[in-house]
This record gives sequence, C-alpha cells and structure tokens, in this order.
Amino acid sequence: MCLGIPGLIVETNVRHEHLARVEVNGVGRVINVALLEDEHLVPGDWVLIHVGFAMSKIDEAEANLALASLQMMGGIFTDEVEALMTSPSTTTAGVPTRAPDRMIG
Amino acid sequence: MKFVDEYRDPVAARHLVARITDLAGDDHFKFMEVCGGHTHTIYRHGIEHVLPESVELVHGPGCPVCVIPMGRVDDAIAIAETPNVIFTSFGDMMRVPGGNGNLLGAKARGADVRFVYSPLDALQIAIENPDRPVVFFAVGFETTAPSTAITLLQARAKAVPNFHVFSNHVTIVPPIKAILESPDLRLDGFLGPGHVSTVVGNRPYRFVPEKYGKPLVTTGFEPLDILQAIVMLLTQIREGRCEVENQYARVVRDEGNPRALAILAEVFELRPHFEWRGLGFISQSALRLRREFAAWDAELHYSVPGVRVADPKACQCGEVLKGVIKPWECKVFGTACTPETPIGTCMVSSEGACAAYYNFGRLHREAAVTLGRSR
Repeated sequence: MCLGIPGLIVETNVRHEHLARVEVNGVGRVINVALLEDEHLVPGDWVLIHVGFAMSKIDEAEANLALASLQMMGGIFTDEVEALMTSPSTTTAGVPTRAPDRMIG
Repeated sequence: MKFVDEYRDPVAARHLVARITDLAGDDHFKFMEVCGGHTHTIYRHGIEHVLPESVELVHGPGCPVCVIPMGRVDDAIAIAETPNVIFTSFGDMMRVPGGNGNLLGAKARGADVRFVYSPLDALQIAIENPDRPVVFFAVGFETTAPSTAITLLQARAKAVPNFHVFSNHVTIVPPIKAILESPDLRLDGFLGPGHVSTVVGNRPYRFVPEKYGKPLVTTGFEPLDILQAIVMLLTQIREGRCEVENQYARVVRDEGNPRALAILAEVFELRPHFEWRGLGFISQSALRLRREFAAWDAELHYSVPGVRVADPKACQCGEVLKGVIKPWECKVFGTACTPETPIGTCMVSSEGACAAYYNFGRLHREAAVTLGRSR
C-alpha cells in the first residue's frame, strides 16, 4: 500500500508543468510531480513514486536501495510495477520510450 | 550495487547487533516500529532473530489497510452496490473483510468495483463515464492523502461533477498518542515511520519525548537502518537523553514536505473522531473533505449504514495493532486466517504484521544466516 517505486526523471513539463516523464525499470511513464514543485526537478533526478505521484526526491544510491528491497518482495513488487505500468493516468501515448535494455541495479 | 551491499553487509550487521547487546546489558527494552513497511523489513530479513533477547520489537498501527474498521468497509460496499455507481479502490482494500463480506464479494454480486493504481485513474474513469457516478475509496496516511487532495483539486478545476471521494485517510500522530495512553503496553521508545515522515517531517513527533518521555528515531527501510535506529534509541537511553532523532535523513527532512502539507490543509480537515480497528475511536485522527469540496464528498451523496461493527470474536487484529500480542499468538493465525482467506485486516496487506510474518517468518533462520548470525 505504501510502496514507493524509484523512477528516473527523463523529461519535465510534459504537456503540463506538474507532469514529468520517468523511467521505471527502463520503461517510460508519466507521473504527477506537483508535490515536489519546490524541488525544481530536472532530468537525471530520482524520485520515489507512490500511486502515480512523486512522493520524495532521492539520490541514485537510495533509488538502488529501494529497488533492491522491492525486488526482494517478489510478487508484491511485480504487482505494484504492473499496476503502475497499466495505470491509464501514467500512459505515455505517442511518447517514445527508451528501450528497456537494463534493470536499474 | 556497492551502496546496497553496504546496507546489507553482514559484518556491519554483526557490529550493530553487538553494540545493541552491549547497550541493552541486563535490561529489557521494548521498542515499537510504527510503520508497516518496517514490520515487513523486520520479518523479511529476520531481524527479530538476530537481536538479543534483551531487545524486543513490537509492531504498531502504521498499516493504513489494517486500521480501517469493519463498519467503514460495509459503508464502502453499500456505496459500491448503489445502482449505476462505479466504485474504485486500491487493490489492497478489495479483500479487507467487513461485516458484510468484502468488495470482491460485492463485485461478484454484480457491483461495478474496479481496481485502480492511482486516484487519478479514478478521476479519469469519471471523465470517461460522465453519466455514471464514480467513487474513489481513499485510504492511507499522510503518505497517500496528498495524492487524493491533488486529484480533488483537479476534479474541481476540470469541473467533474460525477467524481466522489469516500475519504478514510488517517493521520499518523494520534494513534501513536493513543498507544502511549494505553495501559496495555509498556514501551521504551519508537522507530518512527519512514515514508509518512517525508510528508509530515519529524517535528510532529516531539510530543513523544517531551510529554511521554520516550525517544523516537525516524528510520529507513533497510535491515541496517533498523539496527542502527535501535542503537540510536539505546544510546539515547543510556546517555540520559530523550529526543526525536532522524536515522533516515537521506530521505526525511525535519520540516517534511511543506507543499504537500499545504495541499492537504487546503482540501481536508480533521474529523472530530474516527474509529480505528483495534484502537477504537480516536479524536482528530482522520481527514474529511472540507466544505468547499462538498460536491465531491461521497459521504454527503450516498446513504451508508455508518454503524460500528465489532470485529469477529476469533480475530485479534486489535491486539496485534497495539503490539499487545505477536501475530502467531492470535488463535486463528495461519489456520482459519491466512492471506488467501483473511479474517482480519493484518493478514490482508503485505505491510500487515500477520501477513508479513506468515510470508516470511518461516524464513527467519535462513535470513539470520545471511545477516551473519545463526542460532
């Protein structure tokens, strides 16, 4: 319920100042970053994503930690990522995504 | 992955456990981890197994799914079964039993109950179905409530009249206070919650040392985070200090997230009281929509039973949530109550103490070896 999934900001101001494109496990999604407006996020920043919103800005090391922990959760993690990936509010229709050539960490 | 290895390093873990053992000495300490995510880490990594017997961890009420009382689930089912309604919910809430079954049962009976990942998905469904009322079952602490608040702001900005929020958002400080006031439990300190503190910060916890004389250390989710936080709690006690400390400073700031707090305050206000599973009614412990958002408030649009439903006699979630008993001490744990057929909420969510113990407790011994200690 309270899971935070690490995502890498790849583009800000996607159609709207509060939307950013992130990469999660190499797949692009659009999330709402209004809660972190004061952080002035730029591409290359990492955030923890919770229910489609960037919840906190983290560094890459913390992102790796969070991802490693989530991966240990197995099915819970895959369910959460699946939910994020299929969530209509995070679709990136028409926006090319980078190939999922790597798993973070 | 060097950084990850640092947080899982068995040698560092052994050193921390040795320090904990030294600091605890011949005394016995009982610390509560408030957050369900910590409970998960503790069981997942077998931390209880590597701690000396002098230090006991008890699990607290910080799992938002677990604390929803049965009556509110019945209210949700009543809304879901209102003709024409599309009822949306996080997956975790679908299997939480009320007095009248759960939301999956309502779906099987024909209600249009849909799983959503985000409140924004629920709003999107409302926009796409203007002829049907769409209700979002909002649960969660201050971690999740800002997301619902932004969704409501969007509903207002986009003038979506058929979107309603059934708010069951709760706040983290009142249950900590309720536990400190409870005569059932003697605690020596708290591992403060992680993610929720990114929103509320560390300042709201100051009453814990100041009024109740107990230390609190806001803690991260890695096994070494937990062990280090225990060292910090014991060090405070041994040095005669009692304060709020932040072990998770790499993510949590003392002031929290002021913008998220401002958005929360714009959309929500405190309810006079709210029932918590196991803890009973706690005053000013939950959030309802402000009057300005009445048009989107499900509680003003639907008639719900609104009655208090006692937990099943066999279920001891209340005692588990207060840390009075451990999951395996519940009479129905692992027999009548399992993650597949939960009787109580603590068995439903992955952050619930019972589900975490059920899934990982059996791995304690193996986990203890990976942390560098076996017994």
